[in-house]
Amino acid sequence: MIIPHPLLGPRDSQEFTYLGDANLIDRPDWQAEDAVDRFHDYLYLRDNPAGEHKELWFHEQGDRSWLVVTRNTLTHEIISAELARDVARTRGRSK
Amino acid sequence: MSQTNRIDGGLIDRARTLSFRFDGKTFQGHPGDTLASALLANGVRLMGRSFKYHRPRGPISAGSEEPNAIVELRSGARQEPNTRATTAELFEGLDARSQNRVGSLSFDLLAVNDLLSPFFAAGFYYKTFMWPKAFWEKLYEPMIRRAAGLGSLTGEPDPDVYDKGFVHCDLLIIGAGPAGLAAALTAGRAGADVILADEDFVLGGRLNAETFALGDDAGADWARAAVAELAAMPTVRLMPRTTVIGAFDHGIYGALERVSDHLPQPAQGKPRQTLWRIYAKRSLLCAGATERPIAFENNDRPGIMLASALRSYANRWAAVPGREVAIFTNNDDGHRTAADLLAKGIKVAAVIDNRKSDAPGTNRYEVLAGAQVIGSSGRLGLSSISVRLQGGETRTIACQALGVSGGWNPNVHLTCHQRGRPVWNEALAAFLPGGALPPGMTVAGAANGAMSTAGALASGAAEAVAALADLGFKARPADLPEAEDAPVRISPLFHVAGKGRAWLDQQNDVTVKDVKLAHQEGYRSVEHLKRYTTLGMATDQGKTANIGGLAVMAEMTGKSIPETGTTIFRPPYTPVAIGAFAGRSAGKDFRPVRQTPSHKWAAEQGAVFVEVGMWLRAQWFPRPGETHWRQSVDREVLATRKSVGICDVTTLGKVDVQGTDAAEFLNRIYANPFAKLAVGKVRYGLMLREDGMAMDDGTTARLAEDHFVLTTTTANAVGVYRHMEFCRQCLWPEMDVQVISTTEAWAQFSVAGPNARRLLQKIVDPAFDISNEAFPYMGCGEITVCGGLRARLFRISFSGELAYEIAVPTRYGDALVRRMVEVGREFDAIVYGTEALGVMRIEKGHAAGNELNGTTSALNLGMGGMVSKKKDAIGSTLSEREGMNRDDALTLVGFRPVNPAETFAAGSHFIAMGPEANAKNDQGYMTSVCFSPNLGHTIGLGFLKNGAARKGEVLRAVNPVQNVETLVEVVSAHFIDPEGDRLRA
Repeated sequence: MIIPHPLLGPRDSQEFTYLGDANLIDRPDWQAEDAVDRFHDYLYLRDNPAGEHKELWFHEQGDRSWLVVTRNTLTHEIISAELARDVARTRGRSK
Repeated sequence: MSQTNRIDGGLIDRARTLSFRFDGKTFQGHPGDTLASALLANGVRLMGRSFKYHRPRGPISAGSEEPNAIVELRSGARQEPNTRATTAELFEGLDARSQNRVGSLSFDLLAVNDLLSPFFAAGFYYKTFMWPKAFWEKLYEPMIRRAAGLGSLTGEPDPDVYDKGFVHCDLLIIGAGPAGLAAALTAGRAGADVILADEDFVLGGRLNAETFALGDDAGADWARAAVAELAAMPTVRLMPRTTVIGAFDHGIYGALERVSDHLPQPAQGKPRQTLWRIYAKRSLLCAGATERPIAFENNDRPGIMLASALRSYANRWAAVPGREVAIFTNNDDGHRTAADLLAKGIKVAAVIDNRKSDAPGTNRYEVLAGAQVIGSSGRLGLSSISVRLQGGETRTIACQALGVSGGWNPNVHLTCHQRGRPVWNEALAAFLPGGALPPGMTVAGAANGAMSTAGALASGAAEAVAALADLGFKARPADLPEAEDAPVRISPLFHVAGKGRAWLDQQNDVTVKDVKLAHQEGYRSVEHLKRYTTLGMATDQGKTANIGGLAVMAEMTGKSIPETGTTIFRPPYTPVAIGAFAGRSAGKDFRPVRQTPSHKWAAEQGAVFVEVGMWLRAQWFPRPGETHWRQSVDREVLATRKSVGICDVTTLGKVDVQGTDAAEFLNRIYANPFAKLAVGKVRYGLMLREDGMAMDDGTTARLAEDHFVLTTTTANAVGVYRHMEFCRQCLWPEMDVQVISTTEAWAQFSVAGPNARRLLQKIVDPAFDISNEAFPYMGCGEITVCGGLRARLFRISFSGELAYEIAVPTRYGDALVRRMVEVGREFDAIVYGTEALGVMRIEKGHAAGNELNGTTSALNLGMGGMVSKKKDAIGSTLSEREGMNRDDALTLVGFRPVNPAETFAAGSHFIAMGPEANAKNDQGYMTSVCFSPNLGHTIGLGFLKNGAARKGEVLRAVNPVQNVETLVEVVSAHFIDPEGDRLRA
């Protein structure tokens, strides 16, 4: 597979390490009333779609960027690749 | 006897003669021959024995689809089993042997299997050998393996090098027949980056095997001229002897180049084979078509082959399996073979054409229209065939060769590699590429159903133009010569009805009867049929067999072929040696090792090394007279605790953390607080996973307000760094913090023992005060040593002694260890390895990998109190889960044998006195065990239910693996210096 790195262009997937569902970005608030439940769902409940899937890849043999890659799990088509940092910011993660 | 069946013409170099051996007998051939063509020219038709029944077999094809002529090539370490004689290029001295026989090829003792064939029908594996159970392993399986073997391996290491290659192109053209050449000319002239790959050693495909002209030239001459033009183009790369084996994701193709298979041994510095990874923006599959046989009783006799193969051998290799041939066909192509052979002076006894009125008439040879071949005879080779004439009467025709033409199957294999499913074309009576092709792939020529030469040329050129247009090239189709443009005229026939055995899959010995049996037994899906009968599952992937099997299946079910469906193909297109996949990652290069900065010094000292992850670490340093590792390890431990010891700890992961938010960042990735760590101080940190289990531990030093250095365990260095980047980029993107691994940048040594400070004072530059007052326990600082060399000093201890870790830039690591050993002489300083390191940490009760085993929480490790509830940190929330805070949770404690002379092993489970030793009564388990030379007996660390409250209790440490039990007493995990006085000395 070839992953279109937003900074470095097309890179072979062998340079990357795979983590999984990009929802791991949405780490819950530790001070919420139901924090334990939220963390439980965050950590253990995953969708496993046959089709488009947003997932985290780490460019370990490259620039060490974490990417959010949108991949079709049926065809391996890669629809997009974004810096996870940018995705995290747009999802409202901050200090 | 020399080349009795060699005829005139052909693309062989008669000026040179090559000697080769087959089954110990010497023969002659010429450059340009394959092993099969040379053997046929020498009158040898019998080349192998079949898989199950050991029936005599000869080649049925002239290419990579060959199911029968499978041989062992070469001898000694280069011996290679299961190669196809039909593609093996002849070279001087080639040594080949037939396979799968007991005794000689012409008298195979296991041919008795053929008589026992009723017992070996489809599914015999599942039916026959189930009982008694013990017989399977001891008798049946070895027997079947011996009987059904393919070739054998030598067991010697392969002396040759296999390489990997990576190459990019605009257009990959797979196959260099008429379509591929026309496409390559079109694309090459447009200036595109083109790769033209073909499995054959002569490019041109069937143009080299046919007699018809292209314009004014013979087909082979036109091909040669086209190849010459392409070879001169700077953007075209020709890859003969290269099989594209698979179409993978995103336009990546695997291709095997047989760089040196045609040579006795590879030229100096050249690989035997290269496995290429081709990154192609577009690909054009021009893989041509493969002729299929028609099954009839005893259709597997040597001398019976595909009509097109007969034609290839005659036209390209000037070889025939016999001087008298017959043809059995259901389409016009069979007549081409008859005409070509006749032109070569071979007697055509008859053309048996299944078609009644459609069979073309001619007065050059006898055509038996509406007739079918119903049998054959001849021991070890064909001598005659039986033909049922249109009227029903039978006629016997003498011949030494029979060409069978059942129509052509487009080579759609690569179009299936991403689950594209071929579709049936009624007019061609064949499957064409269908479904979703691999993205970027198009198909031209016979592979796409353009079965005439003119059609192939035109479609190759047109598809190249289309593919290049996608890439922005304005290409013009190459000017093409006039060529034959005959339509396909076929009346499908896959097998001739009869009572005897008619072979569909000659490599796996599957007959028409087997398919019928499978159907009777309820195997109705083609996928089940395939697996039950093993049809198409041999090394040839059923290239000549699958459609026949499918047709019989369709007939049984009363469905059409498209209704019956088809199986699809997987990579590789043809078999690939494991060596090619391994490439250079073989032997020592399979798993490279990392050496520490003191490796060379340690090797000089005769250190025994151990692999830790990819690192080689010194395990202990034997001294003269020490014959057992324990002697060395005990000495190293005692000497360190008595005076001072040095240990290379470079392999611990080191991560540099900088930024205004660095302290807050560490506060969030460690369970215990870090925000208030003072500059110049070090703190132990426990890192949890989000689920609350311990992930890693280490020490973190604050070198400046915004600068920290943390260490990880050796094994987790990569994972912890990755986790830190995840936290930084994905969870807290606004933080001003940067992290980088500096594991390789610093050589780090532990200096431990009562004299550690005195030793270091001899190398630390005088400007730096490292007295206990100025540099207390858990202090750190940037210093210089040995007269100005920058270094870092950390006063931390894994051993429990007064200890430091000193780091210098990696390139000074070797010099530093030598200097420390030198200045340490007056203290009797020793260097210790990982064993002594392990003993001392167990004596001190420090957790390590055995305890941080992925199933243990901070509470289990006795560090529950460290998990701060006043801050957000990875793992802190889920640490609060009820189940992780049970009163009887496992906690880490120490163990000693009640009888000091006894010992125990890590992995033992704790059972109270009395109850049965079973999982229900399990109280915990031992994680780390060593002999403590300081205490004079075995000690252990382990997890025990509610362990902290059970000191003094006596339990059984049960080791059911070795069937041993030891009485142990629960004690503090801190066997040495529990108060920590030594650390602070």
